[in-house]
Amino acid sequence: MLKPKTRFSNLSNLFLPLSVLAILIIINLIKGADYFRITVVNGAFYGNIPNILFGASELVILSVGMTLVTAASRGQDISIGESGAISSAIFVQYVLRSGNVTLWTILVGFLISCVAGIVIGAFNGTLVSFFNVQPMVATLILFLGGRSIAFIIDGKVSPILANEISNRIGTVIPGVPIQTPIILTAVFIVLVAMVLKATNLRLYVEAVGINPSAARLNGINPKRVIFLTFLIMGVCSAIAGFIAVNKAGRHDSVNLLKFIMMDAILAVALGGNSLGGGRFGITGSILGAYTIEMLNRTLLRLEVNPEAIKVFKAVFIIVLMIVASPVVRAFVTQALDKAKSIIAGSPLRQTGGTADATGRKGE
Amino acid sequence: MGAVSATKPRTRLSNSTLLFIIAGIIFVLMYGFALISYPGSFMQFQTFFDLFNFNAALFIVTLGLCVVMIGGGIDISVGAVCGLVTMACAMLLELGSGNIWGALFLALGIGLAFGLMHGFLIAYLEIQPFIVTLGGMFLAQGLLTTLHREPLNVTLPAFVALRNFTIEIPWLGTVNRLGIFIPCEIKPGVIVVVVLVALYAALMKWSRFGRNVYAVGGDRQSARMLGINVKRTTFLSYVICGFTAGISGFVFLMTTGAGNIGNGSLFEMKAIASNVMGGILLNGGVGNLLGAPIGTMTLLTINELIRAAGVQSNLQAIVSGLLLYLFIVLQSIVMSLRGSGKFRLALPSWLKSHQVQDK
Amino acid sequence: MQSDIILKMEGICKSFPGVRALHNVDFTLRKGEIHALMGENGAGKSTLIKIITGVYQKDAGQIYLEGRPVSFRSPQEAQDMGIGTVFQEIALCPNLTVAENMFIGRGRDRFVHWKTMNGKAAEMLSSLGIPASPTQELASCSIAVQQMIAIARAVDMDCKILILDEPTSSLDEDEVQKLFALMRQLKARGVGIIFITHFIDQVYEISDRITVLRNGELIGEYEASSLPQIELISKMMGKALSDVSSMKKLEPGKADDSVPVFEATALSSAAGVRPFDFTIQKGEVNGFAGLLGSGRSESVRAIFAADKVTGGEVKVNGKRVKIKSPLDAMKQGIGYLPEDRKGDGIIDELSVRDNIILAMQVMKGFFRPLSRKQAEEFAEQFIQQLDIKVPSPNTPIKSLSGGNQQKVVLARWLLTQPMYLILDEPTRGIDVGTKVEIQKLVLKLAAEGMSLTFISSEIDEMLRVCSRMIVMKDREIVGELSGTNLTEQDVMQMIAQGGK
Repeated sequence: MLKPKTRFSNLSNLFLPLSVLAILIIINLIKGADYFRITVVNGAFYGNIPNILFGASELVILSVGMTLVTAASRGQDISIGESGAISSAIFVQYVLRSGNVTLWTILVGFLISCVAGIVIGAFNGTLVSFFNVQPMVATLILFLGGRSIAFIIDGKVSPILANEISNRIGTVIPGVPIQTPIILTAVFIVLVAMVLKATNLRLYVEAVGINPSAARLNGINPKRVIFLTFLIMGVCSAIAGFIAVNKAGRHDSVNLLKFIMMDAILAVALGGNSLGGGRFGITGSILGAYTIEMLNRTLLRLEVNPEAIKVFKAVFIIVLMIVASPVVRAFVTQALDKAKSIIAGSPLRQTGGTADATGRKGE
Repeated sequence: MGAVSATKPRTRLSNSTLLFIIAGIIFVLMYGFALISYPGSFMQFQTFFDLFNFNAALFIVTLGLCVVMIGGGIDISVGAVCGLVTMACAMLLELGSGNIWGALFLALGIGLAFGLMHGFLIAYLEIQPFIVTLGGMFLAQGLLTTLHREPLNVTLPAFVALRNFTIEIPWLGTVNRLGIFIPCEIKPGVIVVVVLVALYAALMKWSRFGRNVYAVGGDRQSARMLGINVKRTTFLSYVICGFTAGISGFVFLMTTGAGNIGNGSLFEMKAIASNVMGGILLNGGVGNLLGAPIGTMTLLTINELIRAAGVQSNLQAIVSGLLLYLFIVLQSIVMSLRGSGKFRLALPSWLKSHQVQDK
Repeated sequence: MQSDIILKMEGICKSFPGVRALHNVDFTLRKGEIHALMGENGAGKSTLIKIITGVYQKDAGQIYLEGRPVSFRSPQEAQDMGIGTVFQEIALCPNLTVAENMFIGRGRDRFVHWKTMNGKAAEMLSSLGIPASPTQELASCSIAVQQMIAIARAVDMDCKILILDEPTSSLDEDEVQKLFALMRQLKARGVGIIFITHFIDQVYEISDRITVLRNGELIGEYEASSLPQIELISKMMGKALSDVSSMKKLEPGKADDSVPVFEATALSSAAGVRPFDFTIQKGEVNGFAGLLGSGRSESVRAIFAADKVTGGEVKVNGKRVKIKSPLDAMKQGIGYLPEDRKGDGIIDELSVRDNIILAMQVMKGFFRPLSRKQAEEFAEQFIQQLDIKVPSPNTPIKSLSGGNQQKVVLARWLLTQPMYLILDEPTRGIDVGTKVEIQKLVLKLAAEGMSLTFISSEIDEMLRVCSRMIVMKDREIVGELSGTNLTEQDVMQMIAQGGK
């Protein structure tokens, strides 16, 4: 009797991103019925859907980290693009200096960049958890200085990452029909799901996000949990930076992952998560991230003037938020209830009845 | 019973005042350091006034954001709105019917429109401020690029006159190498800054609205229980912030004389940083409005110092980030020391009076 | 007679999603009377109050203020119509000054006249004997002082109706008397006062009439003088009289004289409690008695390392151990139910299930989560065992009444099977029925071999449960009392004489 109810509440959290996705698909189908068409070029799939999955990889990964940070620290990390730029700069330097590039080199470089991401996460996390600085303020530091650090690591403008393996990671491995970033993202999502399943991360993060004081008295160290979410965020930025730099084939410290934190935060909110921390849903954020990418591509597809894309995006966000706002939702449910009761001819009888049932069950 | 009233607890500084004092001390130290290290430039009064002359718009944006931050909100659209205003006004002056008053009204109108939209969505539809103002930021940036992509210089004579207008302070200035006395100059924008600072500080300290903003920032739920119209207070704080961003856009145009896509970019981040340096906490409810200009001055002094030191441009960003880091850590240590001390300070005095009552 | 009635509510109904909070409730308040609103937790008292004060809107029914129908859409409107309220949870802004908290949100002045305001506030504070300065930041006042400031605010508003929702739960006897004097003074002025409390003695001491609610329904309205205490309790609980009186007779717990389960020497913490010694035997129930702020909570927090421990030695079952964090204490088999249920106890947005398994889960470790099925089973087991009234284990705990929330927190610790459980004010703000249930449970657990520390501001409750009382004053232990024939008088005397 209880199961369907929980499932329904999960679904209602995903209502927002799912309905937006549906609307976007309809718009796209109206624009051209071949929206879902997938073509095979050199044995790999291409088309609108693969392109969205391809384009959103970094955003998806970052929004997962952002969801955790938001839930635990009740604030947002605005330095994720910068930290991705720094860690990928280190990756690029390692690869460029190692001469002969093998898969091993790339792997070691990737691990080193992950360590760099962890260090950056530790920097932000220390400020937030041990010095009690609000996350946005703490990460403002790297947001302001991070790209300069990345540039200094680069040593020159946009070092080029010209090797076969990088190219394959950024695009497609011959013989595999799906583009590599999509596979990497899928692997990442599976890993995150496994971590959530195998650990108490969710319980700890939610407890700390809702009531740190009570969490502490139950043996959870809130500072450590918040710190941990920033470390995870650091790893996520490193992975995103790794994918982004391999996609681009060069390290542009100024534009790599620029302003992506805005989209990541938007994805978290779009996924039905409160930006004030507490309970969270990773699925929502992932769907939110894909929705944003789809929106961007839809606007391009509708041949919106590139200068005006931001205007459309803004209008879209605002309309979306109005539709999803608690006030509007309550108003709509109320109106629906009223309509129902008029049809049924007995106002308020229904709510009274369900309350009785639950009350009796309690006793 | 008589003894009871005698043992009143000591009044301690409020968090707002304490942070404000710290911000003030830091600024004085910072400027003092600048004076000692680079007496050549910082010894001149003009350098000090130039902080205001060239950055009047940033000061103004910070003020508006400060009101929202004290109310526990955030507005990240201020920079983009400021930029949009400069371009819109430049276009009106240059391409449309050139009239300074018209441009001024346009500036205020744009700011007000954004403020109204943000305020309504945040206060009455209860949408998260970060997302709403993110939308506002995209909207303003998008409109800015749609309006005009190339930099647009305003050549209207009346406006150029306004732009070049300076006020000389005859009793203050420096003597140059040739022994000629050069009086200090200030721009009209500085007057706007001074007037607004006074106005807003008075608003936050003495008006019912201002105190309501503090109450809402401190504890929304309690504020509502205390009979404060929380929604209207929140709404008005965003309207004020938007309106102020409009003013700052006009002042920006008065300073540079050109509409440009890059105008006001990163102002929101600089304004947040300034407010933090001025002792205004993002959580809301804590901070003195006068901290906003002080924080801005600290930020600008830091930038000037770095520039004077001739550091490479990339290092500049890193150094200012580091200084922000030091500042934030300092602030946090002070607050946490206070937090742990609070418990011991307040209770015994209460217990003492209590003991007397028992007898 | 008709003009005497200042507030009349008829057929008030209010539902929340899944809960019917009020059903067809009538209520009248006369001029110059003190009217106690009684009921167990979850009976609907707070909901009724929130409807009167405009925090909630009623679903159905009618409210008449001095004969005119009214409907408040916000607390401000209610305030403007002369309804002053002091809520159970202090509803003041911690970042404002004391004077501002007394005057903000009132009046139509566009500007704040600080001098006049501070002057008026100072007058008010001194006339009520509140030890606070008008210009002090509210956060620097103790909770009791904050509560009195909230009362001062309501009193000063020249209200026709004053609502006091559990104003005495954080006040000590002396302060309560001060408050009662104030209430009588207001009553003489013709103010109608609605008084909500869980202290039944206080109800009889001050109120004229009593209205009893149960499960969101009106049970009846009575003259206080013609309703015997025992009958009131049975009306609130809906149980037969004999049942109540039998529950009142509880055997005090017995102490056992072997190696102490827990022993502390010269323990002190950052919260400022003086170094103290403490032991507890297996199966013993002891308690810390003392006035609010005497250090009783700080002492048990030091045992659990809830505040930073600054010194002392701790032995568990005779072995020296180091307890530096709550987790260390938990691993030694110590449980702690905190005083502040809302702030330190429950995780309000999480489900009842997650709240129950939390401590056990943390002890199991980060990498060993319980399976969903196991968690569900544990939750169901304790929901049944402690008779927690909840529609489903997935319900967020915040939608439960205070008493049921407390039971969930209790269940959380029982699930960890502690050998020593500290209960700091487990019965605060809880209805009589649950109170007795918790007392019974404590004795049952002790009989099964658990050691417990029980703290309550109601000394008679502690006398009923504890076999040994550690008396505290001014953050210091001033003495110890044990024996079966302890009376409240003994404890009071020790507090009065203790220290100096």
